[in-house]
Amino acid sequence: MNRFLLPLAIFIVLVALLAVGLTLNPREVPSPLIGKPAPAFSARLLSDPEKTFTPQDFVGKVWLLNVWASWCVSCREEHPLLIEFAQQGKAPIVGLNYKDKREDAQRWLARFGDPYVLSVVDAEGRIGIDYGVYGVPETFLIDKQGIIRYKQIGPITPDALNKKILPLIDELSR
Amino acid sequence: MTRLFVFFFSLVLVCTTHAQEAKPLAEDPVIEQRMIAIASELRCLVCQNESLAGSQAELAKDLREEVRQLLKAGKSDQEVRDFLVSRYGDFVLYRPRITPITYLLWGGPFLLLALGIFVLIRYLRRRARLLEPPTLSEDERRKAEALLEEKAP
Repeated sequence: MNRFLLPLAIFIVLVALLAVGLTLNPREVPSPLIGKPAPAFSARLLSDPEKTFTPQDFVGKVWLLNVWASWCVSCREEHPLLIEFAQQGKAPIVGLNYKDKREDAQRWLARFGDPYVLSVVDAEGRIGIDYGVYGVPETFLIDKQGIIRYKQIGPITPDALNKKILPLIDELSR
Repeated sequence: MTRLFVFFFSLVLVCTTHAQEAKPLAEDPVIEQRMIAIASELRCLVCQNESLAGSQAELAKDLREEVRQLLKAGKSDQEVRDFLVSRYGDFVLYRPRITPITYLLWGGPFLLLALGIFVLIRYLRRRARLLEPPTLSEDERRKAEALLEEKAP
Protein backbone atom coordinates (compact mmCIF):
# COMPACT_ATOMS: atom_id res chain seq x y z
CA MET A 1 0.00 0.00 0.00
CA ASN A 2 2.67 2.40 1.12
CA ARG A 3 4.65 1.52 -1.98
CA PHE A 4 2.04 3.17 -4.23
CA LEU A 5 1.40 6.21 -2.07
CA LEU A 6 4.58 8.08 -2.99
CA PRO A 7 4.32 7.66 -6.81
CA LEU A 8 0.64 8.65 -6.58
CA ALA A 9 1.52 11.79 -4.63
CA ILE A 10 4.21 12.71 -7.17
CA PHE A 11 1.76 12.12 -10.00
CA ILE A 12 -0.88 14.36 -8.44
CA VAL A 13 1.66 17.16 -7.88
CA LEU A 14 2.80 16.84 -11.49
CA VAL A 15 -0.78 17.02 -12.79
CA ALA A 16 -1.42 20.10 -10.68
CA LEU A 17 1.71 21.83 -12.02
CA LEU A 18 0.85 21.00 -15.62
CA ALA A 19 -2.75 22.16 -15.12
CA VAL A 20 -1.51 25.56 -13.90
CA GLY A 21 0.97 25.69 -16.77
CA LEU A 22 -1.80 25.17 -19.31
CA THR A 23 -3.69 28.23 -18.12
CA LEU A 24 -0.70 30.55 -18.45
CA ASN A 25 -0.21 32.59 -21.60
CA PRO A 26 3.34 32.25 -22.91
CA ARG A 27 2.80 35.29 -25.15
CA GLU A 28 2.59 37.55 -22.15
CA VAL A 29 6.18 38.37 -21.41
CA PRO A 30 6.56 40.73 -18.46
CA SER A 31 8.12 43.92 -19.72
CA PRO A 32 11.30 45.02 -18.01
CA LEU A 33 10.34 48.59 -18.86
CA ILE A 34 7.60 48.90 -16.26
CA GLY A 35 8.72 51.35 -13.60
CA LYS A 36 11.41 52.71 -15.91
CA PRO A 37 11.40 56.01 -17.81
CA ALA A 38 9.82 55.79 -21.25
CA PRO A 39 12.66 55.62 -23.81
CA ALA A 40 13.20 58.99 -25.44
CA PHE A 41 12.61 59.51 -29.13
CA SER A 42 11.82 62.27 -31.53
CA ALA A 43 9.61 61.32 -34.44
CA ARG A 44 7.70 63.02 -37.22
CA LEU A 45 3.95 63.36 -37.02
CA LEU A 46 1.80 61.27 -39.31
CA SER A 47 -0.39 64.25 -40.09
CA ASP A 48 2.45 66.70 -40.66
CA PRO A 49 5.99 65.45 -41.43
CA GLU A 50 7.35 68.91 -40.67
CA LYS A 51 6.49 68.63 -37.00
CA THR A 52 7.99 66.25 -34.48
CA PHE A 53 6.88 64.83 -31.16
CA THR A 54 8.92 63.62 -28.21
CA PRO A 55 7.64 62.08 -24.96
CA GLN A 56 9.27 65.05 -23.25
CA ASP A 57 6.37 67.18 -24.57
CA PHE A 58 3.93 65.25 -22.40
CA VAL A 59 5.74 65.51 -19.07
CA GLY A 60 3.12 66.43 -16.49
CA LYS A 61 0.41 64.43 -18.25
CA VAL A 62 -0.79 60.89 -17.83
CA TRP A 63 -0.99 59.48 -21.34
CA LEU A 64 -1.19 56.33 -23.40
CA LEU A 65 1.19 55.31 -26.15
CA ASN A 66 -0.58 52.93 -28.50
CA VAL A 67 1.44 51.05 -31.10
CA TRP A 68 -0.63 50.45 -34.22
CA ALA A 69 -0.41 49.77 -37.93
CA SER A 70 -2.83 49.61 -40.82
CA TRP A 71 -1.67 46.05 -41.61
CA CYS A 72 -2.40 44.91 -38.07
CA VAL A 73 -5.62 42.94 -37.85
CA SER A 74 -6.00 42.92 -34.07
CA CYS A 75 -5.62 46.70 -34.08
CA ARG A 76 -9.05 46.83 -35.66
CA GLU A 77 -10.35 44.76 -32.77
CA GLU A 78 -9.35 47.27 -30.12
CA HIS A 79 -10.05 50.35 -32.22
CA PRO A 80 -13.70 50.95 -31.20
CA LEU A 81 -12.58 50.72 -27.58
CA LEU A 82 -9.86 53.33 -28.15
CA ILE A 83 -12.36 55.68 -29.82
CA GLU A 84 -14.74 55.31 -26.92
CA PHE A 85 -11.89 55.90 -24.48
CA ALA A 86 -10.76 59.02 -26.38
CA GLN A 87 -14.27 60.45 -26.14
CA GLN A 88 -14.21 60.13 -22.35
CA GLY A 89 -11.21 62.48 -22.36
CA LYS A 90 -9.51 60.82 -19.41
CA ALA A 91 -6.08 60.72 -20.97
CA PRO A 92 -4.65 61.55 -24.38
CA ILE A 93 -3.63 58.65 -26.63
CA VAL A 94 -0.55 59.04 -28.78
CA GLY A 95 -0.35 56.62 -31.69
CA LEU A 96 2.93 55.07 -32.74
CA ASN A 97 2.41 54.12 -36.35
CA TYR A 98 4.69 51.09 -36.54
CA LYS A 99 6.31 49.98 -39.81
CA ASP A 100 3.57 51.35 -41.95
CA LYS A 101 3.15 53.42 -45.09
CA ARG A 102 1.99 56.98 -44.55
CA GLU A 103 -0.86 56.78 -47.10
CA ASP A 104 -2.09 53.43 -45.76
CA ALA A 105 -2.04 54.72 -42.21
CA GLN A 106 -3.94 57.90 -43.09
CA ARG A 107 -6.51 55.97 -45.08
CA TRP A 108 -6.96 53.58 -42.17
CA LEU A 109 -7.60 56.43 -39.73
CA ALA A 110 -10.04 58.07 -42.13
CA ARG A 111 -11.95 54.82 -42.43
CA PHE A 112 -12.08 53.64 -38.83
CA GLY A 113 -11.83 56.95 -36.96
CA ASP A 114 -8.92 58.64 -35.23
CA PRO A 115 -8.74 58.31 -31.44
CA TYR A 116 -5.24 59.79 -31.26
CA VAL A 117 -4.32 63.33 -30.26
CA LEU A 118 -1.45 62.73 -32.64
CA SER A 119 0.32 59.83 -34.31
CA VAL A 120 4.04 59.59 -34.88
CA VAL A 121 5.73 57.62 -37.62
CA ASP A 122 8.11 54.76 -36.87
CA ALA A 123 8.66 53.45 -40.37
CA GLU A 124 11.74 51.35 -39.59
CA GLY A 125 10.54 50.07 -36.25
CA ARG A 126 13.51 51.51 -34.35
CA ILE A 127 11.33 53.20 -31.73
CA GLY A 128 9.44 49.92 -31.45
CA ILE A 129 12.66 48.09 -30.58
CA ASP A 130 13.44 50.70 -27.93
CA TYR A 131 10.05 50.05 -26.38
CA GLY A 132 10.42 46.27 -26.59
CA VAL A 133 7.50 45.96 -29.00
CA TYR A 134 7.09 42.47 -30.44
CA GLY A 135 3.41 42.17 -31.17
CA VAL A 136 1.27 44.99 -32.45
CA PRO A 137 -0.93 46.36 -30.92
CA GLU A 138 0.76 47.24 -27.68
CA THR A 139 -0.17 50.01 -25.30
CA PHE A 140 1.93 51.77 -22.69
CA LEU A 141 0.56 53.86 -19.85
CA ILE A 142 2.99 56.65 -18.98
CA ASP A 143 2.70 58.80 -15.88
CA LYS A 144 3.37 62.49 -15.23
CA GLN A 145 7.06 61.88 -14.61
CA GLY A 146 7.40 59.98 -17.88
CA ILE A 147 7.60 56.57 -16.19
CA ILE A 148 5.99 53.55 -17.86
CA ARG A 149 3.41 52.20 -15.44
CA TYR A 150 1.61 49.54 -17.41
CA LYS A 151 1.95 47.68 -20.67
CA GLN A 152 -0.81 45.93 -22.54
CA ILE A 153 0.44 43.35 -25.01
CA GLY A 154 -2.06 42.66 -27.76
CA PRO A 155 -5.39 44.41 -28.15
CA ILE A 156 -6.89 46.21 -25.19
CA THR A 157 -9.84 44.26 -23.86
CA PRO A 158 -12.80 45.86 -22.05
CA ASP A 159 -11.67 43.85 -19.03
CA ALA A 160 -8.12 45.24 -19.08
CA LEU A 161 -9.43 48.75 -19.69
CA ASN A 162 -11.93 48.76 -16.84
CA LYS A 163 -9.99 46.76 -14.28
CA LYS A 164 -6.44 47.92 -14.86
CA ILE A 165 -5.98 50.91 -17.15
CA LEU A 166 -8.81 53.18 -15.97
CA PRO A 167 -8.20 52.71 -12.22
CA LEU A 168 -4.49 53.28 -12.78
CA ILE A 169 -5.16 56.48 -14.74
CA ASP A 170 -7.41 57.74 -11.93
CA GLU A 171 -4.74 56.96 -9.38
CA LEU A 172 -1.92 58.56 -11.37
CA SER A 173 -3.90 61.67 -12.31
CA ARG A 174 -4.51 62.57 -8.70
CA MET B 1 24.74 20.76 -77.93
CA THR B 2 24.07 24.48 -78.02
CA ARG B 3 20.86 23.91 -76.09
CA LEU B 4 22.71 22.03 -73.42
CA PHE B 5 25.26 24.80 -73.23
CA VAL B 6 22.52 27.43 -72.87
CA PHE B 7 20.92 25.33 -70.17
CA PHE B 8 24.11 25.12 -68.13
CA PHE B 9 24.91 28.74 -68.76
CA SER B 10 21.51 29.78 -67.41
CA LEU B 11 22.11 27.57 -64.38
CA VAL B 12 25.33 29.41 -63.71
CA LEU B 13 23.47 32.69 -64.15
CA VAL B 14 20.89 31.67 -61.58
CA CYS B 15 23.64 30.80 -59.12
CA THR B 16 25.44 34.10 -59.56
CA THR B 17 22.29 36.15 -59.10
CA HIS B 18 21.69 34.30 -55.84
CA ALA B 19 25.20 35.07 -54.70
CA GLN B 20 24.61 38.74 -55.41
CA GLU B 21 21.41 38.79 -53.43
CA ALA B 22 23.15 37.40 -50.37
CA LYS B 23 25.95 39.91 -50.54
CA PRO B 24 24.64 42.81 -48.43
CA LEU B 25 24.11 40.44 -45.49
CA ALA B 26 27.74 39.43 -45.36
CA GLU B 27 29.08 42.94 -45.79
CA ASP B 28 31.40 42.52 -42.87
CA PRO B 29 32.04 38.84 -42.18
CA VAL B 30 33.45 39.45 -38.70
CA ILE B 31 30.43 41.43 -37.53
CA GLU B 32 28.14 38.96 -39.26
CA GLN B 33 29.72 36.08 -37.40
CA ARG B 34 29.48 37.85 -34.05
CA MET B 35 25.88 38.82 -34.79
CA ILE B 36 24.94 35.21 -35.53
CA ALA B 37 26.74 33.99 -32.42
CA ILE B 38 24.77 36.44 -30.28
CA ALA B 39 21.48 35.95 -32.10
CA SER B 40 21.57 32.16 -31.85
CA GLU B 41 21.47 32.46 -28.05
CA LEU B 42 18.50 34.83 -28.08
CA ARG B 43 14.85 33.98 -28.39
CA CYS B 44 12.70 35.40 -31.14
CA LEU B 45 9.67 36.82 -29.35
CA VAL B 46 7.28 36.38 -32.24
CA CYS B 47 7.95 32.67 -32.77
CA GLN B 48 9.12 31.77 -29.34
CA ASN B 49 10.74 28.44 -30.06
CA GLU B 50 13.06 29.84 -32.70
CA SER B 51 16.28 31.69 -32.11
CA LEU B 52 16.76 35.21 -33.34
CA ALA B 53 19.37 33.88 -35.76
CA GLY B 54 17.08 31.31 -37.33
CA SER B 55 13.78 33.15 -37.44
CA GLN B 56 12.33 34.69 -40.58
CA ALA B 57 9.89 36.86 -38.64
CA GLU B 58 9.91 40.54 -39.50
CA LEU B 59 10.87 41.51 -35.97
CA ALA B 60 13.76 39.05 -35.93
CA LYS B 61 15.14 40.62 -39.09
CA ASP B 62 14.87 44.06 -37.53
CA LEU B 63 16.56 42.89 -34.35
CA ARG B 64 19.38 41.25 -36.29
CA GLU B 65 19.88 44.55 -38.08
CA GLU B 66 19.83 46.34 -34.72
CA VAL B 67 22.49 43.96 -33.37
CA ARG B 68 24.56 44.57 -36.50
CA GLN B 69 24.31 48.34 -36.00
CA LEU B 70 25.28 48.08 -32.34
CA LEU B 71 28.29 45.90 -33.17
CA LYS B 72 29.34 48.32 -35.88
CA ALA B 73 29.13 51.11 -33.32
CA GLY B 74 31.76 49.21 -31.36
CA LYS B 75 29.61 47.65 -28.63
CA SER B 76 30.83 44.45 -27.00
CA ASP B 77 28.82 41.20 -27.22
CA GLN B 78 27.79 41.58 -23.60
CA GLU B 79 26.62 45.16 -24.12
CA VAL B 80 24.45 44.06 -27.03
CA ARG B 81 22.89 41.28 -24.96
CA ASP B 82 22.31 43.70 -22.08
CA PHE B 83 20.60 46.13 -24.44
CA LEU B 84 18.16 43.49 -25.67
CA VAL B 85 17.49 42.25 -22.14
CA SER B 86 16.77 45.83 -21.03
CA ARG B 87 14.14 46.07 -23.78
CA TYR B 88 12.63 42.60 -23.88
CA GLY B 89 13.48 41.15 -20.49
CA ASP B 90 15.35 38.04 -19.33
CA PHE B 91 12.94 36.00 -21.42
CA VAL B 92 14.98 36.65 -24.58
CA LEU B 93 17.95 34.77 -23.15
CA TYR B 94 18.04 31.07 -23.96
CA ARG B 95 20.72 30.71 -21.28
CA PRO B 96 19.11 32.25 -18.19
CA ARG B 97 21.31 34.38 -15.97
CA ILE B 98 22.13 33.19 -12.47
CA THR B 99 20.00 35.36 -10.20
CA PRO B 100 18.08 34.54 -7.01
CA ILE B 101 15.01 33.72 -9.14
CA THR B 102 16.91 31.19 -11.23
CA TYR B 103 18.89 29.51 -8.42
CA LEU B 104 16.40 26.65 -8.33
CA LEU B 105 16.47 26.34 -12.11
CA TRP B 106 20.26 26.04 -12.22
CA GLY B 107 20.65 24.11 -8.94
CA GLY B 108 17.58 21.89 -9.31
CA PRO B 109 19.23 19.13 -11.37
CA PHE B 110 22.12 18.89 -8.90
CA LEU B 111 19.66 18.80 -6.02
CA LEU B 112 17.83 15.91 -7.69
CA LEU B 113 21.14 14.15 -8.33
CA ALA B 114 22.12 14.47 -4.67
CA LEU B 115 18.69 13.15 -3.64
CA GLY B 116 19.07 10.21 -6.04
CA ILE B 117 22.51 9.34 -4.68
CA PHE B 118 21.21 9.53 -1.12
CA VAL B 119 18.29 7.20 -1.88
CA LEU B 120 20.59 4.80 -3.75
CA ILE B 121 23.11 4.59 -0.90
CA ARG B 122 20.37 3.96 1.63
CA TYR B 123 18.88 1.22 -0.55
CA LEU B 124 22.24 -0.47 -1.12
CA ARG B 125 23.05 -0.45 2.60
CA ARG B 126 19.73 -2.01 3.48
CA ARG B 127 20.22 -4.69 0.83
CA ALA B 128 23.76 -5.45 2.02
CA ARG B 129 22.41 -6.05 5.51
CA LEU B 130 19.85 -8.54 4.15
CA LEU B 131 22.50 -10.46 2.20
CA GLU B 132 24.93 -10.83 5.10
CA PRO B 133 25.57 -14.57 5.80
CA PRO B 134 23.54 -15.53 8.84
CA THR B 135 25.65 -16.06 11.93
CA LEU B 136 24.97 -19.17 13.98
CA SER B 137 25.14 -19.40 17.67
CA GLU B 138 27.14 -22.23 19.26
CA ASP B 139 23.93 -24.10 20.04
CA GLU B 140 22.62 -23.83 16.46
CA ARG B 141 25.92 -25.00 15.04
CA ARG B 142 25.82 -28.16 17.08
CA LYS B 143 22.27 -28.85 15.94
CA ALA B 144 23.25 -28.31 12.31
CA GLU B 145 26.20 -30.66 12.60
CA ALA B 146 24.02 -33.29 14.16
CA LEU B 147 21.56 -32.98 11.27
CA LEU B 148 24.31 -33.23 8.69
CA GLU B 149 25.78 -36.36 10.31
CA GLU B 150 22.37 -37.97 10.47
CA LYS B 151 21.90 -37.56 6.75
CA ALA B 152 25.33 -38.90 5.87
CA PRO B 153 25.24 -42.59 5.04
